[in-house]
Amino acid sequence: MDKIVIENLTLTYSDGTESLKNVSFNIQANTITVLFGPAGGGKSSLLRVLNRLNDLADVTTLEGSVRINGKNILDPDVDVNALRRQVGMVFSRPVSLPLSIYENVAYGLVMAGMKNRKKLDEAVEQALRQAVLWDEVKDRLNDPGVALSGGQQQRMGIARLLALHPEIILLDEPTSALDPLATAKIEEMLRELKEKYTIVIAPHNTQQSARISDMAAFFLQGELIEYASGDIMFTNPKDQRSQDYITGRFG
Amino acid sequence: MEKLGFGFITLISLITVTPIIAIVIYIFVQGSPAVTWDFLTSMPSDGMKAGGLWPAIIGTLYLTLGTAIFAVPLGIAAAIYIAEYAPNNEWTRLIRIAIINLAGIPSVVYGLFGLGLFVVFMKFGTSILAASLTLSIMTLPVIISTTEEALRSVPTSFRVVSISLGATRWQTIRRVVLPEALPGIITGVILGLERAAGETAPILFTGAAFFLPRLPQSMFDATMALPYHLFVISTQVPGMPIRIQYGTVLVLLIFVLIMNIAATVVRSRARARRQW
Repeated sequence: MDKIVIENLTLTYSDGTESLKNVSFNIQANTITVLFGPAGGGKSSLLRVLNRLNDLADVTTLEGSVRINGKNILDPDVDVNALRRQVGMVFSRPVSLPLSIYENVAYGLVMAGMKNRKKLDEAVEQALRQAVLWDEVKDRLNDPGVALSGGQQQRMGIARLLALHPEIILLDEPTSALDPLATAKIEEMLRELKEKYTIVIAPHNTQQSARISDMAAFFLQGELIEYASGDIMFTNPKDQRSQDYITGRFG
Repeated sequence: MEKLGFGFITLISLITVTPIIAIVIYIFVQGSPAVTWDFLTSMPSDGMKAGGLWPAIIGTLYLTLGTAIFAVPLGIAAAIYIAEYAPNNEWTRLIRIAIINLAGIPSVVYGLFGLGLFVVFMKFGTSILAASLTLSIMTLPVIISTTEEALRSVPTSFRVVSISLGATRWQTIRRVVLPEALPGIITGVILGLERAAGETAPILFTGAAFFLPRLPQSMFDATMALPYHLFVISTQVPGMPIRIQYGTVLVLLIFVLIMNIAATVVRSRARARRQW
């Protein structure tokens, strides 16, 4: 089932940096879709379009359509706050909001208006369990979030959006600041999460892309060069440029 | 080499700090004999050559409080607008430059402006209200620019994460940005109010009285105030005992010092409460 349908998406920033040129492809539900390619290729931009975080940036043109569950999220009448609860985002640097671990995880729900302490407690516990962090933090939920290690903070970031029961999870180089062990934990978690969620990730290296991808999209200078299943993409890519990049001839 | 550099810097610091310490010590030595409980709590008498500072102290408290009531909410709101909402264009830059320049305008100009706008045009008369408003306008640039600075020092990533979790802009400011910036904001506010408490020129034409036999009864009354009282007893009253002059200086100094200490305490409390 196609969860996200992107058609003729074109985007430019006012300062002329990274942009997207007429990108079209479909992202399937319950898969891990990898966006990869050299820096400045448009991966981050695309992720930030999917939950309209690009609204905060200086975007000069935004054309085409992005339909999630059939609804074009680029329409002006879209409730962006609701959209962002539905399409969560994990960033490359772990960011703990200046709040306690509990408040970090409950943040989205509280902002959405949930006040019932018991429901919040349950949601926080459930989200932390899903992010495989509960056992490590259950005795110190009131400690500040920054007291956690980088890997734990990144999992807290994932728990933070899981608490909102999103449908889609976007990850922008989520393990670039983490050591191999913490990286492995996150990759394992993503494989479990795809049972319930649609995952779109821009990994920070090709090895990770190959390891976790169900589907892979190769981006070069704002263009979608090739889109194929991970098995085909990383063993037998059709386009010469994808092949050159994957074999390490550039990038 | 490093030792030499360190010694040099220490020397320069000493040169900077020594006059300040010397002045404070001198004032303390000269003024402390005059400062008694009676001096603080009684009305001036005998053409201000005797008696105490009570109405001037109360007046300065009223004026500082009045300034806070007008300037703090307005200043913080303006800073939030400039730092968080205003688009980054020529217009915003112009506003920012204007605010910085306003901070540099001599205080007597604010006094005349206050006289024209509040005392005459708005018919508040020379009153606590007019003086507080004048002091507010003088204090606003300080509060706005320090608050803006404090808001900008909050990492952008906090805002992005908060927005990405479906929070609105205002929720983000309210829950994440403001609490983070609070210690800096408080410092700015108190610095601004401190300046207001110590200024003479802005209240000279707008609300300060040479001498009043009784305390102000409403915000439409004029009031005595410490800095202006000091000016009066130093220059306008012949045969003024020097002891009382220094005593008044010391009281004003302590008044400002208390605000300073309050700022430090509030700030370090706020820091200690959030250890991140």
